[in-house]
Amino acid sequence: MTDLPLSGLRVLDFAQFLAGPVAALRLADLGAEVIKIERPQGGDLCRSMVVNDQRLDGDSLVFHTFNRGKKSVTADLKRPEDLADVRRLIETADVMIHNFRPGVMERIGLGYDAVKALNPRLVYGAVSGYGAEGPWKDKPGQDLLVQALSGIAWLNGNDGDGPVPTGFAMLDVATAGQLVQGILACLVRRGVSGRGGLVEVDLMSAAIDMTFEQFTCFLNDDSGQPRRHAQGNANPYQPAPYGVYRTADGHMALAMAPLARLAELLACPEIAAFGQAQAFARLNEIKSVVAGVLATQPTKHWLDILEPAGLWCAPVLDWPAFAATPGFAALDPVQVIRTEGGADAKTTRCPIRIDGRMLRNPVAAPALGADTDAVFGSLVAAARA
Amino acid sequence: MRPLDGVTVVDFSQFLAGPYAALRLLDLGARVIKVENPDRGDLCRHHYVSATRVEGDSTLFHAINRGKESLTLDLKSIDGQQAAQRLVAGADVVIQNFRPGVIDRLGLGYEAAQALRPGLVYGSISGYGETGDWAGLPGQDLLAQARSGLMWLSGDRGQGPVPVGLPVADIAAGACLAQGLLAALFRQARSGVGAHVQTSLLEALIDLQFEFLTTWMSNGQTPPRRMRQGSAHGYLAAPYGVYDTAEGWLALAMTPLPVLTEALGRPALTAELDGMDGFADREAIRAAVQAVFATGRAADWEAELAAKGIWCARVRTWEDMIAEGGPAVTGMLRPGAELARVAAPFRLDGQRPEPARRGPALNEHGQKLAAEFGFSAAAATG
Repeated sequence: MTDLPLSGLRVLDFAQFLAGPVAALRLADLGAEVIKIERPQGGDLCRSMVVNDQRLDGDSLVFHTFNRGKKSVTADLKRPEDLADVRRLIETADVMIHNFRPGVMERIGLGYDAVKALNPRLVYGAVSGYGAEGPWKDKPGQDLLVQALSGIAWLNGNDGDGPVPTGFAMLDVATAGQLVQGILACLVRRGVSGRGGLVEVDLMSAAIDMTFEQFTCFLNDDSGQPRRHAQGNANPYQPAPYGVYRTADGHMALAMAPLARLAELLACPEIAAFGQAQAFARLNEIKSVVAGVLATQPTKHWLDILEPAGLWCAPVLDWPAFAATPGFAALDPVQVIRTEGGADAKTTRCPIRIDGRMLRNPVAAPALGADTDAVFGSLVAAARA
Repeated sequence: MRPLDGVTVVDFSQFLAGPYAALRLLDLGARVIKVENPDRGDLCRHHYVSATRVEGDSTLFHAINRGKESLTLDLKSIDGQQAAQRLVAGADVVIQNFRPGVIDRLGLGYEAAQALRPGLVYGSISGYGETGDWAGLPGQDLLAQARSGLMWLSGDRGQGPVPVGLPVADIAAGACLAQGLLAALFRQARSGVGAHVQTSLLEALIDLQFEFLTTWMSNGQTPPRRMRQGSAHGYLAAPYGVYDTAEGWLALAMTPLPVLTEALGRPALTAELDGMDGFADREAIRAAVQAVFATGRAADWEAELAAKGIWCARVRTWEDMIAEGGPAVTGMLRPGAELARVAAPFRLDGQRPEPARRGPALNEHGQKLAAEFGFSAAAATG
């Protein structure tokens, strides 16, 4: 078996919370050695951010979710001795990632220009909430707040609802992905040019990118903020019947479908009577008729009619139902991680497969500072050799 | 120099997930050649209802395919297959999103492509993986959301399933594919070994929910609970969420209750919330805090609380965001009389890559590519 793509690379993760650490996690799953640099008092704030009262070996389960398979060293970046150690470590690294507020790393002396002088081959990734300038640059770069500011909260839910945020940290994960892409591209370039690079991403840009399809529509027509569908909205810019419907025993999703064909299969000529040209202009009326029909029978009844006919539809599943499906089993997306102390937890694997291989790593997150002596000690040994 | 200068991507995919991955590589410097079917091309050219069209194609097509080259090939014909083979032989990266098995029947599967171009980095996106009962299902965003459990995370408790109102599965899967392709390109440059990178809409959605799913798999499968109102995260304690005010809405992130009540300076509220648990009592806490926020405007609450270090934001529309966001927002926007565009969501060496003005006309580059890659110009059927 060939090596993982990033085997032999060293990544320093100075970041906390989600976006930065999750970018480093992806690099770890792709084969890199990732060393977290944490403050000696408490480390990454995420260690103590306990969600749903769940811990593993003393640290929050969420911390393990984001930091499994990494090493941890502690360093107080305000102490000259520690900073000198960290600089030596940077000289040995291929990538570093941080998410301090704009200006903080420069004051510490670890801004991009200073680091480039130490190690010209280093690829430097910086995550912020809103970029390094502008009126929002000092606002907290937190997922829900960026959703609030970026208009995303007006895409979910129905017309008449207030703003409906996406109920998980979608923008943090998207930002992590952008950072990984930029870092990997700079590593490809380094193979040609020998020099590193600076990659800057921010949650606001990731929010705009996630909506770029719809936002491009908005920028190019004069109708302003798109209006959500009156019921079952799943994308304000999609025509009827796109959306979610209640059935006699649950819910189903219906994607793009020609109205005439839908009318025929549902035995409801009223749907066809609107005419395909009205699928957007009269979408709420059309969806209301479709909803009336679908509510009369259980989900399976409709799927058995629509799926064989090639219409795009699906049952709406919750996690217990989803996790019990053969579709879930076929992807084999779960892995077990184990701490040094022997505690186990289940988490998901990297969503990328390479050469048919699922990227798994059974190691949980490190205890705070677990690798400090080994990592800094090896630098001293290397310097003496 | 952009990082991927000199890298050629041949993209057989359509719709959003695959073309989005190619767009990210393009912004990073790669050349992207889009292979389309002669019968109207990428369905996305015609697919959407948005009133605006640019040179006959949907605005969305241009958003997704700006800066790419277009070539039409009939992949069922011998000529078309030979031309595709020439393209693959000259490519660094190939992307495809046909249903499982189709690309192999066309003679352009991973093994065949690797024989044509040893060391090729090859990316496949599917809806639900390549094996199992769901492998043949249409890989469509809303349907993948419906199957993944994700629709029970947004919205309020009484609302039923609430989809994410943007193509989140497509974009997340495209991003995952781009990451795998880039990692494989890095390895290819070091070792010469090619790779087959695979992901799917469903794997990307599982990854997007990984924080929650990990919690759920470890807590006896207690699902996240949406709030009756203003829900924003099923596992986080009050006051996290969205509040209705006298004018507009206010989003409030993680804030310890004593910090919030101190900042609001209302002794009655402080007394009411005293001793309450942020998670167990979150509905009661929310109701009490909501009553206070209802007495003022969101803009005023934001100004007052942000000055005290509370993590909050008035909920904006797109118009508000553009008016107020400054360079964080406008840096990504390229207004234009012909087509306004959205640029890449990252900066490289301090610069944001400049987006092309539009997507290609169907087969715009067919003749040029036939000459360059040495296949019959007749294969590129315009």
